Amino acid sequence: MAKITMREAISQALMEEMDRDPSVFIMGEEVGVWGGTYAVTKGFYDKYGAMRVKDTPIAENAIIGGAIGAAMVGQRPVAELMTINFGFSAMDYIVNQAPKLHYMFGGQFTLPLVIRAVGGGGRQLGATHSQTPDAIFAHFPGLKVVSPGTPEDAKGLLKSAIRSNDPILFIEHATMYQVRGEVPEGEYTIPIGKSKVQREGKDVTIVTYCKGLELSMKAAEELSKEGIEVEVVDLRTLRPLDMEPVIESFKKTNRAVVVEEGWKSYGVGSEIVSRIYEEAFDYVDAPIIRVAQKEVPLPYNRTLEQAALPQVHDITAAVKEVLK
Amino acid sequence: MAETISMPKLGFDMAEGLLVRWVKQVGESINKGDVLAEIETDKATVEVESSATGVVLQLIVDQGTMVPVNAPIAIVGNAGEVVSEQKAEGGKQQVDEKPAPQTQPTVVSVQQASAPLDTGSVKASPLAKKIARDQKVDLSNVQGTGPGGRIVRKDIEAALSHQSPVTSPLVPVSLTSGLVDKTTTTTKLRQAIGRRLVESKTTIPHFYVTHEFKMDALMDMRKQVNAYLPDNEKVSVNDFILKGVALSLRQFPNLNATIKGSEVIQFGHVNVGVAVTVPGGLMTVVVKDTDQKTLRQISGEVKVMAARARDGKVKPDDVDGSTFSTSNLGMYDVEDFIAIINPPEAGILAISSAREVPVVEGGELKVGWRMKATISVDHRISDGAEAAQFMQKLAEFLESPVRMLV
Repeated sequence: MAKITMREAISQALMEEMDRDPSVFIMGEEVGVWGGTYAVTKGFYDKYGAMRVKDTPIAENAIIGGAIGAAMVGQRPVAELMTINFGFSAMDYIVNQAPKLHYMFGGQFTLPLVIRAVGGGGRQLGATHSQTPDAIFAHFPGLKVVSPGTPEDAKGLLKSAIRSNDPILFIEHATMYQVRGEVPEGEYTIPIGKSKVQREGKDVTIVTYCKGLELSMKAAEELSKEGIEVEVVDLRTLRPLDMEPVIESFKKTNRAVVVEEGWKSYGVGSEIVSRIYEEAFDYVDAPIIRVAQKEVPLPYNRTLEQAALPQVHDITAAVKEVLK
Repeated sequence: MAETISMPKLGFDMAEGLLVRWVKQVGESINKGDVLAEIETDKATVEVESSATGVVLQLIVDQGTMVPVNAPIAIVGNAGEVVSEQKAEGGKQQVDEKPAPQTQPTVVSVQQASAPLDTGSVKASPLAKKIARDQKVDLSNVQGTGPGGRIVRKDIEAALSHQSPVTSPLVPVSLTSGLVDKTTTTTKLRQAIGRRLVESKTTIPHFYVTHEFKMDALMDMRKQVNAYLPDNEKVSVNDFILKGVALSLRQFPNLNATIKGSEVIQFGHVNVGVAVTVPGGLMTVVVKDTDQKTLRQISGEVKVMAARARDGKVKPDDVDGSTFSTSNLGMYDVEDFIAIINPPEAGILAISSAREVPVVEGGELKVGWRMKATISVDHRISDGAEAAQFMQKLAEFLESPVRMLV
């Protein structure tokens, strides 16, 4: 298998799907001539032309609203939000229109819409451009929320998302485009809504996704040197949430840490912990700990920013705490 | 007015009791006579009833704590009544009936009043509780090593691995469970029996005298007596023996006694104990003043107390105060067996089956009813000759049972 970056994996997925299906097209800010803020669509404009790689005004509600309209008439738009934070401008379209059209119109429409959004902090982009509001979007039934943590998953899941007839928010992490990982040669897809054990262990379960996966895998590596074998379960999809591998792992380890980059209050960790208590109460041997972002607007100052974001040492400390 | 509930004294030799379980928790209302807690003495697990009506204000001792007799264990009073912090060590209970001073924030007094809640239950993880349930481990016997003393999985596993594989005698071995070894935790009762009898067998020099009794006359008399009694009042062979033992003890006070250092105390009352098989072990119920009671009284009391013991509803009085014990395995076709003395008593009589056997009388072979019984005696108090004479005296009563009726 080839080792490629997250950027290349996402780029490959888009290109393969555009080659496969002429109804797939891209729209967003700077996706065309410029090649994408994170260079994911570099070369697409030259290859597919302005009709299928559409540069848009800086108007998120126009991007998502337009994409919804295109999807309703049978196209397969992949709309890009330069950052997920800008999605708040299009909140009505994302959470109030897209997830509900199929229901509100008696199934007359399907909505094969993918919204690619770049989330996460750590690049000193300031409090308004560095958020991880995944849980907000995952709150709404009707909107699938996918957020991969490896190039392999990013490619396979994005291809599935583009082929899906449901509206999907596909969240990529701003600091992970250079992350390398093995990706299978040739055509493959990964089903949406399936969690995956990314590392096996017997002592404690870490439940995480996206950037949290990268950090957790490093933490697991460190802890393994101390004789602590961590099992890392990657959610990959926040909605629909696949708890089966989580519960299965927890029944084995009886102890868990949930790692997310978003804020702790009302976050993904809260949901996971609650589900574990509901579905595996008799297997709980210690309180489950959440590792998450500090409850402040993310600072610009690099030292403060790093202090506010969850780090590998926060995870190792949490694991040791639940093993007490 | 708040009232302090203390560890009751359930026997003249009871010095302390194990608080097994709080039945009521802080904040629950309770009526006089309601069960407040379960305690275990050397003899039995019994229920402690509240002597006051009100609300449980404080549980002074934790579950699993050994508490001296008369030490305070709980406080019952009016809802909202403020009691001063009571330490488990005991001492005079101070009760402040006045409301908390206005200057004191309400939150503080509420916290104080509810603080003992934590101490009322065993802290264990849900997983530990589940394993304990499945494996029948008593959590109050497990040492928790988790944060704040919480019992976690590895504590239960450690407790399980240290247990000796003792199977409760009344739990039938299930054939469907296969051929794997099965580890179970002994009941409180069995642990108490174990402690008591190890102490007895290792500190009391036992000796044994076996006697064979001619039971023909007694069997005949029993048939006659029972002909006049309704089904639920029929007397047993054992009832006759209890009466005979009691009358014999009256004439052998040295065997109705206890030893303390260099002193032997001969009991004024003759209270014969009867070992009763109960789930998880056995208990000794006591017929008070056995020598003074009629056969029907003895029979009736034993029936009632034995039923209570088997149902786990024994009263402290049922098991308290025996001066001599008996153990009867007659219903199991036993030829002869010996029993271990029930401290602090001087002796115990092990009664076997009455059986029709070939006997020689007047040089002729006949069929007769015979029964063996073996007395175990504390050699510090008595000797073989006295025990043998006791058995002869008992034979006089059992072989001519009419003597017991006059």
